[in-house]
Amino acid sequence: MYNAFFSLIKRDLRMAFRHKSEILNPLFFFVIVVTLFPLGISPDKHILAEIGPGIIWVAALLAAMLSLDSLFRSDYEDGTLELMLLSEHPLSVLVLAKIIVHWLVTGFPIIVFSPLLGTVMFLNGEAIETLMITLLLGTPILSLIGAIGMALVVALKRGGMLLSLLVLPLYIPVLIFSSNAVGSSMAGLSISGQLYFLAAFLIFCITLAPIATSAALRVSLE
Amino acid sequence: MLELLQMGKYGAYVWSSYGLAVALMAYVAFKPLFDKKTIFKELSMKYRREVNLANKAKEQEQL
Amino acid sequence: MNAVTKAKTNPVMKFIYHFASPKHFYRISGKLVPWFGWLAVILLIIGSIDGLFVAPVDYQQGDSYRIIFIHVPAAWMSMFIYMVMAVSGAIGLIWKIKLADVVASSSAPIGAAFTFLALVTGAIWGKPMWGAWWVWDARLTAELILLFLYLGFMALEAAIEDPRAAARACAILAIVGVVNIPIIHYSVEWWNTLHQGATVTKFDKPSIHISMLIPLLIMAVGFKLYYAAVVLVRARNKVLYAEQNNRWVKDLVKSGC
Repeated sequence: MYNAFFSLIKRDLRMAFRHKSEILNPLFFFVIVVTLFPLGISPDKHILAEIGPGIIWVAALLAAMLSLDSLFRSDYEDGTLELMLLSEHPLSVLVLAKIIVHWLVTGFPIIVFSPLLGTVMFLNGEAIETLMITLLLGTPILSLIGAIGMALVVALKRGGMLLSLLVLPLYIPVLIFSSNAVGSSMAGLSISGQLYFLAAFLIFCITLAPIATSAALRVSLE
Repeated sequence: MLELLQMGKYGAYVWSSYGLAVALMAYVAFKPLFDKKTIFKELSMKYRREVNLANKAKEQEQL
Repeated sequence: MNAVTKAKTNPVMKFIYHFASPKHFYRISGKLVPWFGWLAVILLIIGSIDGLFVAPVDYQQGDSYRIIFIHVPAAWMSMFIYMVMAVSGAIGLIWKIKLADVVASSSAPIGAAFTFLALVTGAIWGKPMWGAWWVWDARLTAELILLFLYLGFMALEAAIEDPRAAARACAILAIVGVVNIPIIHYSVEWWNTLHQGATVTKFDKPSIHISMLIPLLIMAVGFKLYYAAVVLVRARNKVLYAEQNNRWVKDLVKSGC
């Protein structure tokens, strides 16, 4: 089982690096969306610092959601997903491997680039540190919850819009606690409560989301 | 009586809430009742068509 | 042995499967609908009269508080119906009872309507109280997110062509949603207490006076019965349509009632 888990991770990573756009596009999207806000609202330092945490997090949310298509789509089209369903290994473990790769490919680059965007939005050093921690705890949750939604719509031709309807409401708790933590740390307040919540939610999602995702995949591929 | 309906100065708010509730709930309740009639009509037409087709097939066989 | 075959050997489950057969459901529900429907109408009229004219004026909010006799039961129903959808969806997934799927999908538009009603009456109540049609109050925000969940459910159902697959996908979505609702509620409430200073956020005070509680409860029971009647009518339509090639539906349509 561990063998299958790790070889699937290796395979998916290799596939992702072959199509570099899968890694780069969500990242570009993330950067562009954040750039739009100073242009749309105001370049004022105080305003941007006030709304920055929320904007960066909303952009991360959208980037994670739009990249979900790469999670199952190509495997669905070439039949790999069906083989996964038939394999002797538990589907939820294989699904978890795919989610981990998805996070490594889309969530992780966002974390790496976030200090840059934090600086552009005039966040101070501590807030940027918090931003990275919340992204580290929060983006895996986005991949995990998104996987459930993606599994439900994978067999549909026009699933993109529907996916956002299904997934975005479920992302709200992550958005609330993360952007609030960043804002609070900028004001010099304690953020341990928010981080504990995010950590608890992450563990909760790691345990349950793969099960729900594999159930959804079975329905979609029936 | 009129005073009772005015609800202090909040008459418009209270009555529009109750009005909306009545309208919405009536629509949600009566829509499926009308749908049922449509389904009955549709099905009875379908069944009649099926019987007609079967009869025609029989006639052709006899010919 | 899977859950279905195991269940079919159990006498209690055998009875349930028999009862949940479309034909029996159609016959029995037909008898129940008028009872639920008329009882609902009577209770809703009594509750409205009691709430509008008999219950005393609130010393803080004046007569505007009378909106809560609609708003609060509607908000309760919006939560309750989502729970029903998740539970019946789970029953449909595990024991493959078609009727449970039908109940779940018949419930969604009713639940969405109640959620919408709770939102709009909340806004109407908020106008004289807060001076604005919309305030990012925890309850209203949570209700808005619930409406999104309902819309997602209905959109997913509409997008999948095969009704069996749609029912199963929607069941999974409803279960995921129901697990998330407490988390969403908690986070929205937490967010609200941080950002909102002191505003009047209490629709239903814990220390509500008995003369106000009675119409509230009458309305709540009335809404429940209304839901029971409407969901049965909707489920009957779906059953009829799904079973259109069966003998009993043909006989029923020919007899014309």
